[in-house]
Amino acid sequence: MALPTLANGLPAAPARTWPGLARSWARQLARLGESRPATIGATLVLLWVLLAALAPLIAPYPPNANDMAAVARPTPSAAHWLGTDHLGRDILSRILWGARPVLTVAPLAVLGAAVLGSLLGLTAGYRGGVIDLAIGRACDIVLSFPVIILYMIILAHFGSSAINIVAVLTLTKAPIIARIVRGLTIELRSREYVAAAKMRGESTLYVMLVEILPNARGPLIVDMCLRTGYNVVIIGALGFLGIGLPPPDPDWGGMVKDTYGMMSVWPHMALFPCAAISSLVIGFNLLAVGLREIGLRD
Amino acid sequence: MTDTPILAFEHVRISYFGRMGESNVVPDLTFQIAPGEAMGLVGESGCGKSTVALAAMRYLGRSGRVTGGRILFEGRDVADLSASELCALRGRRVAMVYQDPMASLNPVMTVGRQLMEVPMLHEGLGAGAARAKALDMLAEVKLLDGERMMARYPHQLSGGQQQRIVIAMALIAEPSLLIMDEPTTGLDVTVEAAVLDMVRELRHRHRTSVLFISHNLGTVVRVSDRIGVMYAGELVEEGSIRQVFANPRHPYTRGLLDCLPTLGRDKRQAPLVSIPGQVSSAQGRPPGCAFAPRCSHAEPGRCTVAPIHLAGVAGESGHLARCVREAELPRRERPRPGAVAAEVRRAAPVAVEIEGLTKVYADRRGLFGSPRAPVRALGGVDLHVSKGETLAIVGESGSGKSTLARVLAGLETASAGRARIDGAEVGALRVESRPLALKRALQMVFQNPDSTLNPSHSVGYAIRRALRRLRGMKGSEEAGETVRLLDVVRLPAELAGRKPDRLSGGQKQRVAIARALAGNPAVIVADEPVSALDVSVQASVINLLSEIQAARDTTLIFISHDLSVVRYLADEVAVMYLGVVVESGRAADIFAPPFHPYTEALLSAVPVPDPEAQRARIVLEGPLPSATALPRGCPFSGRCPRRIGAICDETPPPVQTRPGGHRIACHIVVEELAQLQRASLGA
Repeated sequence: MALPTLANGLPAAPARTWPGLARSWARQLARLGESRPATIGATLVLLWVLLAALAPLIAPYPPNANDMAAVARPTPSAAHWLGTDHLGRDILSRILWGARPVLTVAPLAVLGAAVLGSLLGLTAGYRGGVIDLAIGRACDIVLSFPVIILYMIILAHFGSSAINIVAVLTLTKAPIIARIVRGLTIELRSREYVAAAKMRGESTLYVMLVEILPNARGPLIVDMCLRTGYNVVIIGALGFLGIGLPPPDPDWGGMVKDTYGMMSVWPHMALFPCAAISSLVIGFNLLAVGLREIGLRD
Repeated sequence: MTDTPILAFEHVRISYFGRMGESNVVPDLTFQIAPGEAMGLVGESGCGKSTVALAAMRYLGRSGRVTGGRILFEGRDVADLSASELCALRGRRVAMVYQDPMASLNPVMTVGRQLMEVPMLHEGLGAGAARAKALDMLAEVKLLDGERMMARYPHQLSGGQQQRIVIAMALIAEPSLLIMDEPTTGLDVTVEAAVLDMVRELRHRHRTSVLFISHNLGTVVRVSDRIGVMYAGELVEEGSIRQVFANPRHPYTRGLLDCLPTLGRDKRQAPLVSIPGQVSSAQGRPPGCAFAPRCSHAEPGRCTVAPIHLAGVAGESGHLARCVREAELPRRERPRPGAVAAEVRRAAPVAVEIEGLTKVYADRRGLFGSPRAPVRALGGVDLHVSKGETLAIVGESGSGKSTLARVLAGLETASAGRARIDGAEVGALRVESRPLALKRALQMVFQNPDSTLNPSHSVGYAIRRALRRLRGMKGSEEAGETVRLLDVVRLPAELAGRKPDRLSGGQKQRVAIARALAGNPAVIVADEPVSALDVSVQASVINLLSEIQAARDTTLIFISHDLSVVRYLADEVAVMYLGVVVESGRAADIFAPPFHPYTEALLSAVPVPDPEAQRARIVLEGPLPSATALPRGCPFSGRCPRRIGAICDETPPPVQTRPGGHRIACHIVVEELAQLQRASLGA
């Protein structure tokens, strides 16, 4: 392969240039096609991202608009494809709008947990000894709490807003990621390239972030996908418990909570939001399974 | 006994199917193993020898398939066997021994149960009879104290003992064919020698046929009657051991023999002859001879047009070679240990000086962990190297040689004693606390090509980063120096943009050398830098190291278990055993009597690729004692074949110094040692 050369005759590192970077990303994305679970998962997730992004354009009604005429017959019809809820609000529109907070809060929380968890895990695994012990026990304490009760206490105290939910999820998920990263770090820190980095006098932070973390990314990304799926479930559960995103804006869990009492009469009101939650979670899980499959193949 | 071969490959074609489509690793393979015969298969990594072993038992897995020809076991086509017939065959009629014994043993079952399982399953024996059989087998593989051995779990055994157990499990069913795939590659030389001797003896006693696969010509010679040399999935030469080694006809076989640093060779005579290039991928198979692109005898037009067939060598029945120019090539000259150029001993200043260096991993007690006894990795090592020379440190695993390297490099600190580099004390200094000048002064080349470079960073990044940190370079100066360093290690500049996963093992090790050179070090510590490389590549890396050393007047501390490489490269040698230096001195003195008895044992265990070499053999019994319970006297006393009595166990041996700085730590007077050893060498 002929590499592009710079003016001084040196070969350009392909990863440094933007088109090169785009190409390498495109190659990575194309590899998703190698695994059926990854393809299905990515399609589901992308579909939801697209629907959420386009909600203002494609939602047939405003999410909180009441159609009083439909209250008497809320079942699916030509005017309301997925029917309306007990207040006459269009369920399709509410599901589309409801995808937006879920798809912001869940990934943000995972990102937060990944950053915090990676730092904790890297430090614990690389430094070992007392530091490892301290971080490990702190994580155990967080993990030993029944999470739902923890969420209820914290959110009841600080109020439930998107920011607080992100913060709570970050704090409770970071220990899990920290454990994964710690395990990988312990394995990677004895690699010879780490010794080589020390021998040229690199700082601990450099070794952790530049030498070790990039090689832990495979399992980390897989876990982040899984974790995002779980977060979607938890956000749904919080909504159902009434400590999710504040009303009246649509929230899938909240939609189930508002209408599950009418399950025997109008099951569609609760089932459609449930289906939305399930499909998104399944999408993330399949993506994780597929990514692991692709990773194992290398 | 019939004349049906035990195993016959008839025009077998094997391919793997993956993302890239079909890759044909074995194009057309034909060979036979007669009853009671041992056939050796040699070749470098990627030549398809393990594929052959797996295909023989239909173990290829999901992606591999036999796409042509027939594989016959005792005359029956393996492909026609049903699942249950195959099951009855494997383990009962054919047994396999692989490189890693731990992967073949069940970690949660005692060795005894695993051994008994085989006859109980295959022959329907009762527990008592199976037990008796297992005990017999343990005695046959020379494991003493069978009763106690039966009760052990695999992790409680040494690597050599584990491999003996695996061999015992393989032979207990009295198979007609034993397939061994690199069975001794992970073992120390002394253990390897003992295992190979045992295999040879057992196969004669049980009349078992053996397919012995190895990359090491020296080990194949010790076990096999016939040898097949594989290159790119083809047999390029086949014949009896004597025929192939006395008169190798294929240029690849000759290349393999020429690139070995056999014990008589020395860097002052001539550089090693390496085979240029690397094995072409299965996709890029050239139309004619697969070896033509690397062959110095290749003639375009003759070698590169049509497939070449195995043809008989004139006057030698059963000796075949796949080379059109076979008849034209002269006989290979066996390299004679010629006169070594008189050693020029320079009055160079001392570059590295080590005095009483000790490393003890202290008694550690975790919060919940059980207390662990202190481990003495180094017990008072004294060594020194002059500037520009090579000090080789030799020893088996557990000898402390790598710990010594890590202390010098600052990755570990010494518990006591001193180590000075150019006069600066470093023994107790971790690399983090060494000043920049000291970091630059000493750099390291590591053992494992797959772990020495960070898979996430490009080659260029690895070198540039070292230049930036060690020499403070930036921008175009840094880029220019990167290209220059790649050139020093004979790598093209385009490699700078590549990630390590697209490099071969030899290329990775060259990059690691370039990275070590970035700081312009006065001392390079190389910890087994070539032991993971194929022989043809090994030669070129050794040549590179000695060239760089000569050009830069670098001091090289070369750690190795391979005495042939050490003989070739070293000026000064130190032999280590259990953390102490048992013998040290000029290379010429170390490799001639008097030896320390341990050095003598090591030397006699070196696999020599020469069926003519019949030497007195010393087989060390028993495993290395653990470093937590060291003997009071000589550390080697427990295994020493020349042990003279209680004094060896009780009193540490005196260091006897001979002229030329040759030091031997032994109770036997050196003159007497010399006499004894000359006698056994002459016998």
